[in-house]
Amino acid sequence: MNPLSFQFVSTVRLGVKSLMLHKLRSVLTMLGIIFGVCSVIAMLAIGEGASYEAQQAIKKLGSQNIIIRSLKPPDDARQSGLSRGFALEYGLTYDDASRIQSTIPGVVRVLPVRIIRENVRFFRNSVPCQVIGTLPSYTEIVGLDILRGRFLTQTDEINHDNVCVLTAGLAQRLFPYQDPLAQAIKISSFYYRVVGLVREKNMPEQRTQAGKMEGEPLDNNVYIALGAARSRFGDVLIRRTAGSIEVEKVELHQLTVQMQDVAAVETADPQIKTLLSLFHRKPDYETIVPLQLLRQAEQTKRIFNIVLGSIAAISLLVGGIGIMNIMLATVTERTREIGVRRALGAKRRHITMQFLVETVVLSVGGGLIGVMVGLIVPVAVSHLTTMRTIVTLWSVLLAFSISGAIGIIFGLYPARAAAQLDPIEALRHE
Amino acid sequence: MQPADPIIRLEGLEKRYDLGGEAEVRALRGVNLVVNPGSYVAIMGPSGSGKSTMLNLIGCLDRPTAGRYFLGGTDVSRMPDDELSEARGRRIGFIFQSYNLIAQLTVIENIQVPLLYQGKDLRAYHDHCVKLAEAVGLGDRMHHRPNQLSGGQQQRVAIARSLVNDPLLILADEPTGNLDSRTGLEVLELIGTLNAQGKTIVLVTHDERVGSRAHRVLHMRDGLIEREVVNPQNPASAAVPV
Repeated sequence: MNPLSFQFVSTVRLGVKSLMLHKLRSVLTMLGIIFGVCSVIAMLAIGEGASYEAQQAIKKLGSQNIIIRSLKPPDDARQSGLSRGFALEYGLTYDDASRIQSTIPGVVRVLPVRIIRENVRFFRNSVPCQVIGTLPSYTEIVGLDILRGRFLTQTDEINHDNVCVLTAGLAQRLFPYQDPLAQAIKISSFYYRVVGLVREKNMPEQRTQAGKMEGEPLDNNVYIALGAARSRFGDVLIRRTAGSIEVEKVELHQLTVQMQDVAAVETADPQIKTLLSLFHRKPDYETIVPLQLLRQAEQTKRIFNIVLGSIAAISLLVGGIGIMNIMLATVTERTREIGVRRALGAKRRHITMQFLVETVVLSVGGGLIGVMVGLIVPVAVSHLTTMRTIVTLWSVLLAFSISGAIGIIFGLYPARAAAQLDPIEALRHE
Repeated sequence: MQPADPIIRLEGLEKRYDLGGEAEVRALRGVNLVVNPGSYVAIMGPSGSGKSTMLNLIGCLDRPTAGRYFLGGTDVSRMPDDELSEARGRRIGFIFQSYNLIAQLTVIENIQVPLLYQGKDLRAYHDHCVKLAEAVGLGDRMHHRPNQLSGGQQQRVAIARSLVNDPLLILADEPTGNLDSRTGLEVLELIGTLNAQGKTIVLVTHDERVGSRAHRVLHMRDGLIEREVVNPQNPASAAVPV
């Protein structure tokens, strides 16, 4: 070790010794920085995790897609339950699908989806599930992994064949002991032959279900051809719930419009809205543009980070002021020591250095502990809640370097005040 | 420093304190003094006589308003702050009335403090510091802290500390003021031994018995050396007229 670095090490050791003289005081002083650094890391980790989840969910919807969903008009919402023999008619129609396909520029294809809640039976097994009537392109637009067999084909659609594809989870529940392929299951009053098993990569309906329906598995889907769905079930859906009957006439529940590229999404969105408004008297649909959601999420994340950053900066600032306060008190308390050191040959810069090092030891020490606690907190949060947390390296570096900078900034004034003391006055200080 | 140079030469040293407005205190009014190597000088006088100011100036803790001060042949009266610190660290060893050890450091570390500010490698001087601690009779208490030592022991540490840089001059400010008479005597004997080994000692006191051990006793009054008593025991350090 060269003399210079040895001297530095001695100064640091001396600083630590002086701090150890008042352990409680030093720890309390460090607490401000510990909390500050810890909160920076933890808050950014939670924020990062939340925005990551949101972005992932939105990305799954497909940035090239525009999703239109049927919506029960709010002012008619109660009628459906009360009126008897009167079917509430709302939502997207087959005409909407073909109009969008034929008039909006840049549309690659339109995927209609019809969702019927029915019980699916195989012998004695009966499982409530979603019967999804759709087209073969569902696999590409929404995303499906075909595990066994095949998905619906164009032929199935044209012939209105009674074939179906099951999600793996549903197959497991319906057929605990048999091979599901080529078996016939009963939905409502018709039998359908199982031709394939699939797994959904992602689906908006599942996402919304995730939080709400505990106990009901997410992947209880049966896919049948759209044509078959229309001819077997009709457009009027009757749902019996406890004590009431819900009768609705809904042609399509969802349209996924796939655009040729991301740029087309921006122009098509208002066009689709205008087109639909011409044929719908009530706002019985909603459009979801994943691309816009993604941008909003990014915007939100930025604001979120600024807010979190400011809160953390304030807490670090408060910590810094705490350190400065204590150091000023320490300088007063150790005035005599400063005088002695000056008499023994210490220059002003030696005194400045000594107190600055003490402050930096406090703040960097606090910073290190803060980083450790800050790394533990997000892990604990993830464990105790379902929240996802992501600790980024830059947040750790940021928090730690701010703590170091605070030590220097807030230590400089007390240290200089100490160095400016007149040695004679300082020696006389009681 | 030339061999012939005196340790201290004061030429018309003055110190005035401006108290604001017209008020002004003339603490020193043109003091002349020469202290030769190996002398043992005591400065005595009532409070307000200027002996503290004199001590501060000789100790390079302050600068004179007028006049010149040569420490070992170097004019230190106009030195900037940093050089003055350097001069204190290298050339002067301080012994204070209240010992002024640093509470958080052990005996050996306290002895090392002046070396720290000379930028010296403490490891190279470790043996030297141990010898000094042994010389003042604290070889077995090297790792004690000041609050674990008696007053006399603390003052011995201070004496060892004053010697660590091998200074030209040891400046003692009432070194026995906080001690009982027996330990005070031991400390004085230790200082006497240092002088016998050739160290130049300037001691400030108002205790006649302490002063009487010096070879020259300077009595101060109203900012001037009023009279000087030379102890005939050691004529070598007798006053040299300026």
